[in-house]
Amino acid sequence: MNAIVDISRLSARYGRTTALDDVSLQIDKGELFGVIGPDGAGKSTLYKILATLMPPVSGGASVCGLDIVKDYRDVRSRIGYMPERFSLYKDLSVQENLKFFAALFGASVRKNYDLIAPIFRQLERFPDRKAGALSGGMKQKLALSCALIHRPEILLLDEPTTGVDAVSRSEFWEILRSLKNQGITILVSTSYMDEANLCQRIAMIDRGRILGTDTPARLVDRLGERLFAARADNMFRLLEELRRLPQVKECYTFGATLHVVVSDDFDPQQAARIMENCGLKDVDITPAKGTIEDLFIKLTANEH
Amino acid sequence: MNISEYAITVKNLTKKFGDFTAVDRITFDVRKGEIFGFLGANGAGKTTAMRMLCGLSVPTSGNGCVAGFDIVSQAEMIKRRIGYMSQSFSLYQNLTAEENLRLFGTIYGLSDREIKTRSQRLFQDLDMESMRGKRVGDIPVGWKQKLAFVAATIHTPEIVFLDEPTGGVDPVTRRKFWELIYRATADGMTVFVTTHYLDEAEYCNRVSIMVDGRIEALDSPENLKKRYDADTMDEVFRTVAQDAKRTE
Repeated sequence: MNAIVDISRLSARYGRTTALDDVSLQIDKGELFGVIGPDGAGKSTLYKILATLMPPVSGGASVCGLDIVKDYRDVRSRIGYMPERFSLYKDLSVQENLKFFAALFGASVRKNYDLIAPIFRQLERFPDRKAGALSGGMKQKLALSCALIHRPEILLLDEPTTGVDAVSRSEFWEILRSLKNQGITILVSTSYMDEANLCQRIAMIDRGRILGTDTPARLVDRLGERLFAARADNMFRLLEELRRLPQVKECYTFGATLHVVVSDDFDPQQAARIMENCGLKDVDITPAKGTIEDLFIKLTANEH
Repeated sequence: MNISEYAITVKNLTKKFGDFTAVDRITFDVRKGEIFGFLGANGAGKTTAMRMLCGLSVPTSGNGCVAGFDIVSQAEMIKRRIGYMSQSFSLYQNLTAEENLRLFGTIYGLSDREIKTRSQRLFQDLDMESMRGKRVGDIPVGWKQKLAFVAATIHTPEIVFLDEPTGGVDPVTRRKFWELIYRATADGMTVFVTTHYLDEAEYCNRVSIMVDGRIEALDSPENLKKRYDADTMDEVFRTVAQDAKRTE
């Protein structure tokens, strides 16, 4: 078995609320694996369990062949965990935080510096600045450096790019790719669907259950819906009017257009005419190709 | 030019911290009823600019008017006339949804009766009746966000500032939130919003992109895409923001 993370029939609960429900998942060594799901789906709980911070109520998981409950101490030295919330010491400096996390794991900053150098380089200019005084992007780079300083085999990243701008996000994913090329297995969750496409495989979770695990392209193939892109001079009115058509199953904003999920008897030209009769101008309805975001909306829309 | 067409007018607005120029002579107007997207990389100066517009920070130089009041001499008036929703803090988790609205309503000087009628209407409009008596800490993120928006606009401000209102929020919840924004502007409210989701930039009437303290681009999404020969606002943003010198 090649799986470096092997999750088997895992369930977790907070009081009476079920956070994870019979989750099974295998992640291969060296994989860049994405965890996608709506808020409250159970993503962070999955991370907490793999990071040995919370025990499952049933089922189990192994990380690098070690049991996450029995061997939790050994598991901790094999993983690097970056939680959703900024978790470094705000009143320690950049340098102090790095040294502190290295010391916790008995690791040497100097010996492992090569691994974090591409990330840490931008922080080197202000080693004495307090972590709490760093900007969002810099905090994230420091947190990643601290999660990596003991050379873990697996990185657990819980929404690392939330609140980060598009250019910095691209840089961050470049870094992830280079870490992956050095053999590190990466589990990353995100609310940006463009990032889901950068993963080799993704698991979609919702309400504690896994809805599907596959490559992004193969998951999109499962969408199986007739989809159109629509636009007009007043997009909000167009959204409201399209939703009134009986052939329209779903209609939602999609960047500069609306995406319209329709039944087989939908006729785009006829729909465009109806919209123009409603007083909308420049109506344009053309076939569209589904994306991960469309699949996500389809799978999770009914709960909202 | 009739000044009353505008909810915000800003001229050469500048903020320095010591030698560091966080906001560097920005000039722009926001029309009444407009959805104005205020974009920029982390550290470009967006938050500093927004704080000055909300009357929370005094500019080093330049001037501006928000909701008809001067941002330097009438900062207190501005605070009463605007709504503000931040990503990190907007509601008291230990109070119920209704108590939060009462608190915000009272802070904005509404009478008990006004608060009662308005919250009742808002809960109904947003399909939130069942959430009224729940502790905010116990309600799902999507609802919490709607509620934060309602709390920020309970006093029917002329303009509402939304600072990354959808950060870390899933695609379905984000869309619901934008429909809320659309509805508010249909009622005449002006919306000033920051986001890192560039599909959301497409929903704005006009968008500005800040780079190193300056506004480098400002136009409708359509015109910006034409000018930068781009298919999406994501491409526009990358083209404009990649030349940033400032690394936060």
